[in-house]
Amino acid sequence: MPSLVDMLLNPSFWFSVLRVTTPIIFAAIAALITDKAGIMNISMEGTMLFSALAGTIVSALTQSAWIGLLGAMAAGVLLSLTLAYFTLELKTDVILGGVAINLFADGGSIFILYLLTGDKGTSVSLASKVLPSVTIPLIDKIPVLGAIISGHNALTYIAAATVFAVYFMLKSTPLGLKIRAVGENSSAAQSVGVSAKKIQYLSLALSGLIASLGGAYMSMAYLPNFSRNMTSGRGWIALAAEAMGQGGVLATSAASLVFGFADAMANALQMFSLPAELVGIIPYVATVIGLILYSVRIKNAKKRRGASKKPL
Amino acid sequence: MRQDKSFEFARTLLSIAISLALAFAIIALSSKEPLAALRYFIIGPLDSASHIGNIIEMAIPLVFTGLYYSILFKSNLFNLGAEGLFFSSGLLSGMLGATTYMPPGLHPFVLILAGGLLGALLGLIPCAINYKWGASTLVVSLMMNSILYGICMFLLNNKFRDVSSYTIVTEPFQATAKLARIIPGTRVHAGAIIAIACCVFLYLFLNRTKWGYELRMLGSNKHFAEYSGMGVASIMFLAHAISGALAGIGGSVEVLGMYSKFQWTSLPGYGLDGALIALLAKSNPAVVPFAALFIAYIRNGADMMARLSDVPAEMVALVQAAIILLISSQALLKGLRERSLLSKLKGENANA
Repeated sequence: MPSLVDMLLNPSFWFSVLRVTTPIIFAAIAALITDKAGIMNISMEGTMLFSALAGTIVSALTQSAWIGLLGAMAAGVLLSLTLAYFTLELKTDVILGGVAINLFADGGSIFILYLLTGDKGTSVSLASKVLPSVTIPLIDKIPVLGAIISGHNALTYIAAATVFAVYFMLKSTPLGLKIRAVGENSSAAQSVGVSAKKIQYLSLALSGLIASLGGAYMSMAYLPNFSRNMTSGRGWIALAAEAMGQGGVLATSAASLVFGFADAMANALQMFSLPAELVGIIPYVATVIGLILYSVRIKNAKKRRGASKKPL
Repeated sequence: MRQDKSFEFARTLLSIAISLALAFAIIALSSKEPLAALRYFIIGPLDSASHIGNIIEMAIPLVFTGLYYSILFKSNLFNLGAEGLFFSSGLLSGMLGATTYMPPGLHPFVLILAGGLLGALLGLIPCAINYKWGASTLVVSLMMNSILYGICMFLLNNKFRDVSSYTIVTEPFQATAKLARIIPGTRVHAGAIIAIACCVFLYLFLNRTKWGYELRMLGSNKHFAEYSGMGVASIMFLAHAISGALAGIGGSVEVLGMYSKFQWTSLPGYGLDGALIALLAKSNPAVVPFAALFIAYIRNGADMMARLSDVPAEMVALVQAAIILLISSQALLKGLRERSLLSKLKGENANA
């Protein structure tokens, strides 16, 4: 199919890969931070959705996109802290807590949207603001690469910065060490004076903060306003990306890029009169296959390790 | 034990009470005429036979997905795949209902059986993938929802679609395929009987059979189950097959009972509701119908309130989220319970 090759050679396709990967990367990194602290956080979908709405509302009220972004971040942290309070203080099962947060965000965002605008579908009637796109000087002059990397929304670059910041934080800061210690063996961490609860609170708050950036991206960059259920499963895809990346920040980001690629492919393939319904499931099938491949690798690695130990 | 149960019960009641108080507070804050809105919310669903019928008809699918999660919770397995199974089996039964001919009575029975079978088979997939390769059942089941939805919509749109219709629907079901109405003046259909039968079956299965015992044992202590020589893997497969079958039966019953052709174009959302029902019912199949009726009641109340006043029906999602959070809070009322245990112990010591 020559047209498919054309598509893959076209810089605008790769530009769109980065564009659709941005929210997935935010959510996947958010999931990773709590996972490192030993918490399976499945509330990314809801956190993003709720932050998307908060960003729209605050930016419309203040007429400033950046203050809107702060509003989105506050909403994300608040939601995550709610989850933290229930799981850490009241001992709610964290998966069910995540289910509840998602349910709350799904219904709650429509509820609030309706109270503010009288519309249950979109926030077009709110004069909300959009975060600016950034043209990187010099790089935008490079052929092909410039067209792919330059000109994205500011949040896409913030996503890239977040990846490296979290990588560095987990690897070489005292906080990162504590988070990993709590995740791997919380009693051992407690015994050397690390408060597991405090660290888990902190990691959930950080996770909410990062997921909220993904939400803000949806309603203030990817699209110019909020619409109901606009995250449409990205929070779940991010969980799969995180599962595939298995705790590695860079591996998780790479996995997110794979899903972004599958997503962009699905969008682009629809032009080739392939059935939209089947093209739409590509990212999910890719997730399952990726997850299986990863799990097989882990299983084999374990087996090898087990085998090498035996002679001793 | 007895005291444990009564504390569980008190915690459930307290959770419901707090959540309903939250609902009242939301109504009071968001409505211009809160008293009228509140009246529609509380009394509206009960004020006529047809409204009560609405509650029962809405509770039917919730019972099936509630049972789905009950069996998973009991065996300490968890996945979020009910949604996709419910949809797929619904489509299968709907498609067969439109294209096959059978005597009345037998027809829906066969279709529902087919739906249950499909549900069981699909329910086994995440379990098998987990068993064979170790991939997370939770994530695979979630992805399967979207995959099944895509495949079903493709089949519906390209293979089973009624070409004479402008919307994406199957051809109308044969009259023999539909489930009969059982209460005059309402839309309550024979699916209610099937739902109750499934509850009874699951209750007996869990509490009176060897497999049920093994399944509960797997849930309460997996290592013990392993060491006592139970085939843990086969019990896990069994749990997934039964829960899948229940979700599949639920999808078929809902489609054949409520519609005259298959017309869903999005996932109907009963999957996650099931987790809420199972939580409310403490995974006890005998309590599942009551939990389903309660949730159906507050949803109908919210719907009526949305139609007749200015509070949107989505309010109910906030109430449900609060119920889930509170009921699954192990620490809620824990202090009270510990104090009562302590005082009881002290009393016993004093007597001794």
